[in-house]
Amino acid sequence: MRSAAFRPWRSTGRTMFLDQTQRLRLIGILLIVLLPHFLRVPVWVSLFAGAILLWQTIGTLRAWPQPGKYFRAALAMMAFAAVYLAFGRVDGQHAGVALLMLMMTLKLAETNAHRDVMMLLALSYFVLITHFLFSQEIVMALFLILACWLITAAFLDANHPSGALPARVMGRRAGLLMLHGLPVAILLFVLFPRIPGPIWGAPSAGANARTGLSDTMAPGMISNLAQSDEVAFRVRFDTPPPGPQQLYWRGPVFWQFNGRSWSEGWANRIQPGPPERRYSGEPARYSVTYEPHGQDWLLALDLAESIPDGAYMDAAGSLRVRKPQYERELLKLVSYPQHNVEAQQPNRSLLDYARRLPADGNNRSRDLAGDWRRAGIDDAAIVDRALTMFRQQPFRYTLQPRTTGVQNRIDRFLFDTREGFCEHYAEAFTFLMRAAGIPARVVTGYQGGEFNDLSDYMIVRASDAHAWSEVWLPRRGWVRIDPTSAVSPERIERGVSGALGADEPLPYLARRSGDLLYRLQMRWDLVNARWNGWFLSYGPELQRDFLAAMGLINLRATLLALTGLLALFLGLLGILLLWQARPRRNSDPAQRAWEQFCAKLAGIGLVRARQEGPRDFGERVVQSRPELQSAVRRIVALYVALRYSNRTHDHRALAQAVRQFRPRSAARS
Amino acid sequence: MIGALRQRLKTRVVRWMDRRNPVQDGPVDIKRSKIYILPTRAGFYFGLLLFVMLVGCMNYSNSLGFALTFLLAGMALVGMHHTHGNLVNLQVRARQPQAVYAGQQMRFTLLLTNPTRLTRLAVKLDHPDLEEPVFADVPAAGEAVIVLPVQALRRGRLALPRVRLYTSFPMGLFRAWCFAPLAMSGLVYPRPWGAMPLPDHSAGDSTGLSNAHAGREDFAGLRRYERGDPAHLIHWKTYPRTGQLMVKQFADPRQRELWLDWNAAPGDPEMRLSQLCSWVLEAERLGLVFGLTLPGQTLQPAEGAGHAQRCLQALALYGQDDVS
Repeated sequence: MRSAAFRPWRSTGRTMFLDQTQRLRLIGILLIVLLPHFLRVPVWVSLFAGAILLWQTIGTLRAWPQPGKYFRAALAMMAFAAVYLAFGRVDGQHAGVALLMLMMTLKLAETNAHRDVMMLLALSYFVLITHFLFSQEIVMALFLILACWLITAAFLDANHPSGALPARVMGRRAGLLMLHGLPVAILLFVLFPRIPGPIWGAPSAGANARTGLSDTMAPGMISNLAQSDEVAFRVRFDTPPPGPQQLYWRGPVFWQFNGRSWSEGWANRIQPGPPERRYSGEPARYSVTYEPHGQDWLLALDLAESIPDGAYMDAAGSLRVRKPQYERELLKLVSYPQHNVEAQQPNRSLLDYARRLPADGNNRSRDLAGDWRRAGIDDAAIVDRALTMFRQQPFRYTLQPRTTGVQNRIDRFLFDTREGFCEHYAEAFTFLMRAAGIPARVVTGYQGGEFNDLSDYMIVRASDAHAWSEVWLPRRGWVRIDPTSAVSPERIERGVSGALGADEPLPYLARRSGDLLYRLQMRWDLVNARWNGWFLSYGPELQRDFLAAMGLINLRATLLALTGLLALFLGLLGILLLWQARPRRNSDPAQRAWEQFCAKLAGIGLVRARQEGPRDFGERVVQSRPELQSAVRRIVALYVALRYSNRTHDHRALAQAVRQFRPRSAARS
Repeated sequence: MIGALRQRLKTRVVRWMDRRNPVQDGPVDIKRSKIYILPTRAGFYFGLLLFVMLVGCMNYSNSLGFALTFLLAGMALVGMHHTHGNLVNLQVRARQPQAVYAGQQMRFTLLLTNPTRLTRLAVKLDHPDLEEPVFADVPAAGEAVIVLPVQALRRGRLALPRVRLYTSFPMGLFRAWCFAPLAMSGLVYPRPWGAMPLPDHSAGDSTGLSNAHAGREDFAGLRRYERGDPAHLIHWKTYPRTGQLMVKQFADPRQRELWLDWNAAPGDPEMRLSQLCSWVLEAERLGLVFGLTLPGQTLQPAEGAGHAQRCLQALALYGQDDVS
């Protein structure tokens, strides 16, 4: 039997609740938990919080007394005022995080009681949540596990008032707790009913939004995008994927040109909304995981047939959502690459809108279009004329065109520089068509995408951003015309990297070089795709699909399954823990008999000390209780013979002697 | 009104718990069914925090946030089992405490034995008599000692108070507790007090042997050592030869038998007992042969620590039911 030293616990107001080790651990955990924020918040916040942590560390090492309450209150007010002055508010994502950081570090200065430590640690868990507002990458998940483990270990330390626990014990116990809690977490994550957010307001813009298409288009916009290899969305096709000629991901459509930039104007929002459309040929079924872009459109293969919940189709045939995309989302969509839009029932006022041009400017282009119109050919032939011009004249497809200025820039592009990226061609072509009286509009989106060889999904990057045109032709409706393909057919067939020279500033991944680094990146992308598709996009829609597949058709069944499974798991865990905590009978009968003997003597106040051997103990017993002499000596002799001699003895004699040994308490006899 | 109701409810609960946890002699095994568990205040606040986090995650549709919130919920729930498991199957025993005099502190010693392979951390013993709760760690297959000092106000038997063992390890969100109703008591001798000197014992006709060293005694021989004999009387010279401890005895012709008589002590019964107690101590200190007469009880004259102890016990238990 081993005996543990116990240390009494003092909790009077003057002394500190935590000892030095525990306190240093707490400071360290706070530093780690806040670390990602230190890089995000303004420098002065980092310095302020860092200074407090440093002060507390030195104070702990040197055993300084805690500051008085007025000093603490003054510091807290100062922090509050500073945050308010700097951010103009104390709530919201950024100001809130800054305030939380300062208040938590200041809380250290008044952490005296058990209650304070518990509160600080609980708040540390809360801080982890605030990190996820900024990033939900896989790295953050690893950070979550590490930080959660550390905080939990500190929780154990705080609930062990007789001194700091050994780090190994803390770590193991905290890990065990997390491991046992994990199945509950998984059950809750999958089955707890999710509701579509937000409840009270969207997160502040820019938190998760990335580079992406915007709601206006001016030259340079798409070519800027093309220099980023960030992922825009990932697609998994359930049907055979369409060929590159049909991989047009439709985004916002621009109708209005003011001489400088293109914008949606009023056209997309009119009633009745979606255009008249007919689908033909084979459908493409696919699911898309969008990276958050903070805009209200959804990229879909031209032209979407299905309209997901919370989305609608605008007058130009693009999918829009009612709330901007701030979270990763997985959508299942159906599109028909073959379709006709407004072939039968065009919206006349929209067609007029699609012919409008600014009052003046770009006169050489207008003249050229006027010439075509006066040649007496139909609209389709005029389209061909324009494409032939792009094909035959020395136009060049490049990310770095010479500047054209703003005034008459389409003239300069068409007749002087003749170099540009897709937006230059789409813009110039649309302008020419409108000048010839043909309804035309600019469509932005993405074209192409690369398949990850390791799996069966397609990555569409910012560098795949594209702009093209649509013209309205009688009986055919809106027809997609991609003037870029006339200049550089490789752009469509082989993607942007196939169409641009090696000297163009394309990012590494957009080049699809196929070397080792690229393959590693693809592997990492696969991991991320799984992460995004299975974990981050698990929301109301995915949950509904998953639960339906599990046969849980309504909320009641889901809740029943959740509570049932939770109860089952907790019951099993309880049994496991009880089994682990079962008393162990010693398997050695001699040892068992000896322990019974010791227990009987302990019952009359004679307890064997930890280091006391059987003979010494026996003699001590005989000394204090001479009347037990014969029985005690006999038992000790039997036990010693059984334990320490090589000859085999019968342990039953010992067991019997111990059974018959019935000492009576000295005080009561 | 509400206060009275609460009081009645409390009494009910206490009675119910007493029925469930009868006082027992041997070691108390902390059984699964005898452990009670409830969330602590911190546990309630933690639940509130989880709720706030959950609503936040819903608002921001934050998957990692959901994962953290649910993981914490899971840890809190299984922490309940862990807290329960921190007490279950421990054994509590009490050691026979040393007798004390009324007015002193009796130190009850509790042994927490852990017959399992799981270390139990931060097991708390609390009792109103304790200024501060005491915490102990009980290693696997080991034991921990907790001392519970209790003020001994009156002579007689002082029973081990009904102690409770608590634990809120590991997370502090739940508190499990159980009772350790051990039948253990210690003797409280009367408070030694009284102004009267020892009764005159020079009169009488005793020629009894004594090993008192007061006065000019004659050496009267050796006798076997008995427990409680003063060390300075041990006759060391004979020890190596015989292997037996012997003590010197003296004959004192003036020595008379000393009787400590209930009737000789003044005041009410408790004052008499205090006076007798101080006499017994004085007589033992002087190494006198003395007898004790109490109403209905007489202890024949003898000497030594054992005799004194028996006398003190008689004083402690005088007039009480369980005289044994």
